[in-house]
Amino acid sequence: MSASEPSMTISTDNEQSKVVGVSTRLHESSDRRPKLARSSDELAAARSKISVSNLDFFYEEQQALFDVTLDVPEKCVTALIGPSGCGKSTFLRCLNRMNDMIDGTRLKGKILLDQEDIYRPRTDVVELRKRVGMVFQKSNPFPKTIFENVAYGPKVAGIRKRSVLREIVEHSLRKAALWDEVKDRLNQSALQLSGGQQQRLCIARTLATSPGVLLMDEPASALDPASTSRIEDLIFELRESYTIVIVTHNMQQAARVSDQTAFFFQGKLIEAGATNTLFTNPEKTQTEDYITGRFG
Amino acid sequence: MSEGRPDILSSNQSLLSGATTSPVRKIGEGLIQFALFLCAAVSVLTTIGIVAVLLIEALQFFRDVSPWDFIFGTKWSPLLKPQHFGILPLLCGTCLVAAGAAVVAIPIGLCTAIYLSEYAPKWVRETVKPLLEILAGIPSVVYGYLAIVFVSPIIRSMFESANVFNAASASIVVGIMILPMIVSLSEEVLRAVPRSLREASYALGATKLDVTLKVVVPAAFSGILASFLLAISRAVGETMAVTLAAGATPKLTLNPLESIQTMTAYIVQVSQGDTPAGTVEYRTIFAVGLTLFFTTMLMNILAQWVLRRTREKYE
Repeated sequence: MSASEPSMTISTDNEQSKVVGVSTRLHESSDRRPKLARSSDELAAARSKISVSNLDFFYEEQQALFDVTLDVPEKCVTALIGPSGCGKSTFLRCLNRMNDMIDGTRLKGKILLDQEDIYRPRTDVVELRKRVGMVFQKSNPFPKTIFENVAYGPKVAGIRKRSVLREIVEHSLRKAALWDEVKDRLNQSALQLSGGQQQRLCIARTLATSPGVLLMDEPASALDPASTSRIEDLIFELRESYTIVIVTHNMQQAARVSDQTAFFFQGKLIEAGATNTLFTNPEKTQTEDYITGRFG
Repeated sequence: MSEGRPDILSSNQSLLSGATTSPVRKIGEGLIQFALFLCAAVSVLTTIGIVAVLLIEALQFFRDVSPWDFIFGTKWSPLLKPQHFGILPLLCGTCLVAAGAAVVAIPIGLCTAIYLSEYAPKWVRETVKPLLEILAGIPSVVYGYLAIVFVSPIIRSMFESANVFNAASASIVVGIMILPMIVSLSEEVLRAVPRSLREASYALGATKLDVTLKVVVPAAFSGILASFLLAISRAVGETMAVTLAAGATPKLTLNPLESIQTMTAYIVQVSQGDTPAGTVEYRTIFAVGLTLFFTTMLMNILAQWVLRRTREKYE
């Protein structure tokens, strides 16, 4: 933890400079995309899709999360922010049990998805991951065709009929705002797409399993501003039908896309609340220091 | 940090100002470079020499025997009268053994590689891999011996028509010999498949079997194919085990229970025997050697070509 401290300062510097470039664009896009972040009252009224209580998480002996309690409201965007190594990605990967894949990890506490504990012994992890989709930081399309990438999830789920698959693929690509760009080359390799297109393809691939929840681990951090903007617009549209949890390094992005924001620091959830409130009127000084860029 | 910068700059400048190489060092560098060049030259020149000898002797052979008869003749009996110089029976013997070895080694090897790379806990992998190295280190003459005293009797107990020396027993032991090669090369390419692809697959609700068969193996496929080709090329060139186990009867047959002869075994037979140097019979081994050389070289080139294609794949 302490070893990564110096690099954390550097990364904030980068973010600050990025913010300057992005903010001008923000004003343009705010014309066509009215900011409709849900108020704290609306959030409180929303049904809780995921409910995490007293979550502790360990890598071997090292504790990465401390007593995290957080409600994720349905059909809202929840942003997880915080400096590198604060545990926000670890937290995200707990929600679809992706951390199971790493040897020597341990977890205490409860995570309820639709009131069901996803860590009870008889949970079908495969089934869980169909309901909780994930988009990764670096786009990771399979070295297959565009069609096969999107059809992968449904195929794994046992759908064989070509016509059904084709329908799912088209539907998912449309939802991911990629259909018009790729409809004529579905049989080309996905690796020929640009970085931004690949990431939207990964989103389409995730949507194809029709999950209720979408986890996104810094989905735009490797993309140029134009692609980032497209992904953000997309997140905003997807909010209507999906519950989204997004990890982001970029506070402006959190402010732009999310309804609720949770601030993590050193493995602890410092503060969570309606994005509008958290960014304008944070309760804790640590949160204020972070969002005003006083530390990273 | 910023205070350190001027120092670095000035020390760089002082280095640059004193950057004229002394003559002693220049000669030393030159000597080392020359010595390294000689080392490299030895291996290159040896290869060229071997190919040259093969070609020259083989050309002399083809002055006595027409290449047509050599390539398309179906009878091989250069040491007996009437002499026949058709390479096909030997080529067929080699292919029979190599194909048999592939049938034994490819399924077992691929399954082992998949198990080690995707399923096995760390300690199993760390135990099995050194064991495979040991398997690879067993001298091939031991394999040949095992084929005769152990494998062949079992085959004969199952198939009464089987000869004491037969292609099947040679195939089986050669298959075991090339197994470590397939396992370690395939395992390497399987493990080289990026973790992000596995995670993407798991995140879509795939089971471990889905991930393995639909993502990892296809992504590593050309590397796996290359490992097969390299292993088969090794089986083609394998000499000791087949000389002992497969017999010495050049025969154009696909029946693995019969005694056959491979190209390598024939070369051994002539090299050890009392065939006088300079005769046509003697020169046959160069012609056979050249054929063998081309066969394995072709397979190696094919394998390299396939491997190169994998490297460009994920990025």
